[in-house]
Amino acid sequence: MKAPAFDYLAPTTLEQALGYLSEVEGARVLAGGQSLMAMLNMRYAFPDCLIDINRISALSYIRESGGLLEFGSMTRQRDVEFSALVAERLPLLKEAVLNVGHRQTRNRGTVGGSLCQLDPSAEIPTIAMAMDAQVFVASVRGRRTIAMADFPAGYMDPALEPDEMLVGVGFEPWPEGHGHAFVEFSRRHGDFAVVSAAVLLLFGADDLLSRVSITLGGVAAAPVRMTMAENALLQTRCAPADLARAAAVCGTVEATSDSYVPGWYRQHLAGVLSQRALNIALERARKK
Amino acid sequence: MTTSNSVSDRGASRTITLHVNGKTCLGHAEPRVNLVDFLRGELKLTGTHVGCEHGVCGACTILVDGVSARGCLMLAVQADGANISTVEGLAASDGTFHPLQQAFHELHALQCGFCTPGILMSAAELLANNSVPDEQTVREMLSGHLCRCTGYTNIVTAVLRAAALLRGE
Repeated sequence: MKAPAFDYLAPTTLEQALGYLSEVEGARVLAGGQSLMAMLNMRYAFPDCLIDINRISALSYIRESGGLLEFGSMTRQRDVEFSALVAERLPLLKEAVLNVGHRQTRNRGTVGGSLCQLDPSAEIPTIAMAMDAQVFVASVRGRRTIAMADFPAGYMDPALEPDEMLVGVGFEPWPEGHGHAFVEFSRRHGDFAVVSAAVLLLFGADDLLSRVSITLGGVAAAPVRMTMAENALLQTRCAPADLARAAAVCGTVEATSDSYVPGWYRQHLAGVLSQRALNIALERARKK
Repeated sequence: MTTSNSVSDRGASRTITLHVNGKTCLGHAEPRVNLVDFLRGELKLTGTHVGCEHGVCGACTILVDGVSARGCLMLAVQADGANISTVEGLAASDGTFHPLQQAFHELHALQCGFCTPGILMSAAELLANNSVPDEQTVREMLSGHLCRCTGYTNIVTAVLRAAALLRGE
């Protein structure tokens, strides 16, 4: 199909964009367009006006700031994929971003766009949840920071006010020597994950696990941290039985059913994939 | 459905100037017109095909400032000032095939040809950045395209052959 009629504004500064967003009724921000354009073409979305932020170069960056690795909302997924800094400091994000769509869509798709689209199966929101990312938003009224845990207000619904825009996101890298793994199951490479699992492990000086993060994507309305499974692993030596116990907890996650995938199958995948991710992360973790 | 008056002044047509295959082109489009429809309808460059219109099939893939993108997931107004490469720009002006086209021709890497223009552009991007791609890299590039008749084996072989041709082998 063809997109419905809409007006189009292409600001070149953030201030301009925020001004439009506060003044223009029925406006929607257009970032990389890899979801919104499809929704327009299929007439799932009917904005009165698009505010295209592609010409705001100040929103595209990868930088270290105050212990965080920060990304502008318009940073392309391809820039994340090829960033040496990301590969070194955020290996979990690097591994996940290779599963985001295809090269042709990563070239335009953005970090901020994926976070705002907030598809429960999408990789970038899953990693943001796994790493307790901080989401930076702005409006003409000022700026604020939202913890990723509070960012999903519901299914594909970011906790943004109508005049607010996501301008960046910050990830705190885990210390050197941590283990990471991202695994997902999808019907074809590049498809949305049916279920994904992201794991981070860090050993303390006594060879006991001092930090754990286990996140499942695709099972619920938004990516979920498996706190119970994390607690089951903390302060263990990560023996096979410890990992199996944590994976079993993941396999009991409350999972949604839809016309393609029943909930029990998502639960099954959650158990299997978290076990795989735990195994890989353990292999990569360095004991002190 | 009633015709809405509220949209009468919305999305008025704009002038777009861009460079397609090295040639400066000028056309007009409402904001809602996507880039591939603009190329085909306004600029009459019908080599690029339109398939699914939601970014999945890859038929409309073109290069925007040298990087591959879905022509259906970009607005024409967004391409104002951009350098666009389409399948029409691959062959030499005397009609001599690009090594990719030559390899596709020789190795039966197309049947109906609907998906081919998009695949050729993705492959052109790949070979411009990687003169010795391995089979896995080619398959990953190809994962962004759907072909419903020949299957993918011949396409992979042809891209690898084109890489060899470009290396002068």
